[in-house]
Order: sequence, then structure tokens, then C-alpha cells
Amino acid sequence: MAEFHSERGSGDQTETAPTSEQQDSGSPGVFVASLGVIWAIARKDLLLELRNRDVIVSIAGFVLLVFAIFTFAIDIQQADNAELVGPGVLWAGIAFAGVIGLNRAFSLEMERDTLEGLMLTPISRDLIFLGKALGNLMFLAISIAIALPVFAVLFNLVVFRLELLAIAVLLVIGFSSVGTLFAAMSVRVRAREIMLPLLFLPVVAPLLLASIEATADLVAGDSWSEMSQWLQLAIGFDIVFVIVSAVIFQFILED
Amino acid sequence: MIEVKELVKSYGVTGVLRGLNLTAPNGQVLVLLGPNGAGKTTLLRILATLTKSDSGTATIHGMDVAKNGELVRQSIGVVMHSPMLYGDMTVSENLAFFARMFGLPSPDRRIAELLQRVEMDRRADIRVRLLSHGQQKRVALARAMLHSPRTLLLDEPESGLDQRARCILEGIINEFRSADRSVIMTTHQIELGLQVADSVAALERGRVALHEPASAIDIAQLQARFSEPTEALGAL
Repeated sequence: MAEFHSERGSGDQTETAPTSEQQDSGSPGVFVASLGVIWAIARKDLLLELRNRDVIVSIAGFVLLVFAIFTFAIDIQQADNAELVGPGVLWAGIAFAGVIGLNRAFSLEMERDTLEGLMLTPISRDLIFLGKALGNLMFLAISIAIALPVFAVLFNLVVFRLELLAIAVLLVIGFSSVGTLFAAMSVRVRAREIMLPLLFLPVVAPLLLASIEATADLVAGDSWSEMSQWLQLAIGFDIVFVIVSAVIFQFILED
Repeated sequence: MIEVKELVKSYGVTGVLRGLNLTAPNGQVLVLLGPNGAGKTTLLRILATLTKSDSGTATIHGMDVAKNGELVRQSIGVVMHSPMLYGDMTVSENLAFFARMFGLPSPDRRIAELLQRVEMDRRADIRVRLLSHGQQKRVALARAMLHSPRTLLLDEPESGLDQRARCILEGIINEFRSADRSVIMTTHQIELGLQVADSVAALERGRVALHEPASAIDIAQLQARFSEPTEALGAL
């Protein structure tokens, strides 16, 4: 009978896992509890990734391959070739590699029905979304951190600047939120490897464009003000799509 | 108290539940029987808030599962076919993670208690993917009880369990009954079902074809009517 009389008590008492109703109340305690849940989900994904290295190896491996192929295909020593194609190769490579990683990240959750295990807990669906999106954001960020030095060497471009950090942060926020949504949508589809890029890439095209143009301005030596229109586009994209993705996500999970 | 009224669920053109009505009072074990496709798992998934019904209502302790999903999930523990555990995390890491999701502030003692209850305490530090299916089911049972739910929903929980694990399962079901909590369980093993049940509901083509106290059930008649697989009985 021990299991009915634990210190914590029971399902007939109020638990501290934040529900949607409690989140709506907006109290600071609930906000902190919600952040704790989001972090716990992301940390769990990171722990699993550290143990099986499926996602980061896929993303970083693919993007390095893309960089290497482009350095063979384009004579980057000639004139301004590196400045012209470098930004496009960098972010397009990361976008394509991100698709592979996002696909894998969600497949892992579906293989053992663990997403349903999460859905059986009393946390709201948008916290599940934000936790999964934060996990994917960390995978993308680590992959970019691995890929960027290689890109800088291969294309001989000075990219280690604060401006590029801002571009990368805006890109990974948008990619991970939209990517998490579409990965969840396509994971139950038979041809999910095809479906995810078909859904994901057209939607993130404005963000990709903004990142490429802002990076092009950066390598051309332009100032913050000249690239600000692209950064504003990226910020707007992120705000809209983080909210929209979190709202749509809960409907996708319904059977 | 669990109440299901006129529940309808279809997948495409295939009707799975067709106006199903059912009640299960507190402190009772309700066993759902029926052939494959009768709607047992779909009913449990709706009660567990994993699936939405097309029409009709289902309430658990007065809470509508469609409207109060998060509150309902605080009061239920669920074991489905799949153990729903992370293969590359250890048994205790899995339980600690789910305890966090259930909002348990310091779950170590609770986890130790439950692992002992399902006799998995010696395997607490083993990764789940290295366990047998039966052992994973035991851990799933522990996870379902982490937050001391008022109701257990079990979908064929006996599958993959050895004799010892089945005894543990029966013990847990009996403890729920004596603590005035309820259990709804599906099974294809009629004898096991009758052994633990207070009442039995047999589902047929998405409706309740029979709902009687377990003591009033005639096994032979039940088998003849619902064509349950006889090999399951032989295994007992």
C-alpha cells in the first residue's frame, strides 16, 4: 500500500506541473515552473543526444560535406567568389542539414512512443513544443558552432563577429520552432524524409533570405544599420512563427 | 467515478466506437473484454486524453476528458501496449524525468519505493533498451503510479509479463481497489480478467454488449459469444 501514501501525496491533490489554466493565471511561480519543464525536456533531449550522437553528427557531418563540395565546385580564390557565394552556402547548407537533424530528432521520440508518454503527463502541449524546440535549437547551435570555423577556413572569410552571432541566434530560433512543428507533422507520414523538406524549406525561405543577405552585408564590411532591415525581417519571422508554431503544435498532437 | 455516454469515434469511414455507454464506480476494477477491433484501446485512449472522440462525453471523477485534459491526466496513470520509455536513459533517469513532468518536487524516495514495488530496484541504473519487454512493462507500471493516481488505465498490461510480474500486477490492482481507487483494464485473457475484476464489460463493434458483475459471468458463455482466442486460456 506504500504507493498511495507517499510524501508527495496523490493525483487527487494539486501538482506543481503547470497546466494551461495555471499558465494563463500568469503568476511568477507558474512561469518559473513552466521554464523548469521546458528545460527538463530540452535537457533530456541533450542527454539522449550525448549518448547516441544521432542528431548533431547528422547535422554537422552533412553541413561540412556541403562546404567541402562547394569549395571544389567554385573557385573561391578567384576575385570575390567567396564573398558572393559564401553566405548562401553557409546558411543553405545549415538549412539542408537541419532538415536531416530535425527529422531524426522527432523519429527518436516516435520510435518508442515516448511522445505519447509525454502527452500523458499533465503539462500543457505548448510546453512540450517549447521543450522540443529548445532541444532542437541547442542541436542546431552546437552544429553551427562546429561548422563555422571550418567554413571560415575553407572560404577564407572573417565571420567571427558579433553581427554573425546575432544572425545565427535569429536563424536557429526560427529554424527550430518551424522545424519542430513540421517534424511533428511529418513524422506520422509514410514518406516523412521527403515531406519535411517540402513543408519546411518554403516556410523558412524568408528567414533564410534574411540570414544570407545580412551575412553578405557583413562580409562586405557593412555596418549594423545596413543589415538592420534583414535582421528586422528575421526578428519578425521568429516572433510570428514561435507563437504560431506553439499554437498549431497542440492540434497536430491530437489523434 | 468514470462515466462514458454515447461515445462515438471513427477513423475515416471506419466506425470504432458507436455510441458507447459505460460507468465504473470508485473502488472497482472494470475489465474490458472483446475481440480485436471492438474499440477497447480506442476507449482507453479517449479516457487517457490521447485521442479525441467525435461525439459523446467521457468524464473521470467529474472532469470531462475533452475539456479538462490536464486535470484528468493528473488523476490517471496509464500503461499502454508500448512502455513509452526512453531507451538510452536508465530506469531511474526515466522515472525521474517523468516525475519532473508530473511536478513531483523530490521524487527520489517515491521512485525507490515504486521500483521496489515492481521488483526493479536492482536494475535502476540499467538503460531501458537493455531490459526485456516484460521488465520495461514493470517500469511503465511504476511510471504510471508515480503521482499516486486515483485511476489506473491499463491496456493489456499482462502482455510480455512473466508469472512473477503478473502477480505484482494483480497485487497492485488489488491495492488500488482497497484504497477506493479504480482500475480500467483491457485484456484478451478472460481468466486473468475475471480474477481481478469487480465487473466485466464486453465490447462488440464499438458498443457495450454485456456489462455485469464478474461473479455473474460464465466463462464458457463469454468465450462462445465473443470468440476470444482459446490459446490465451491455454497459456494460463
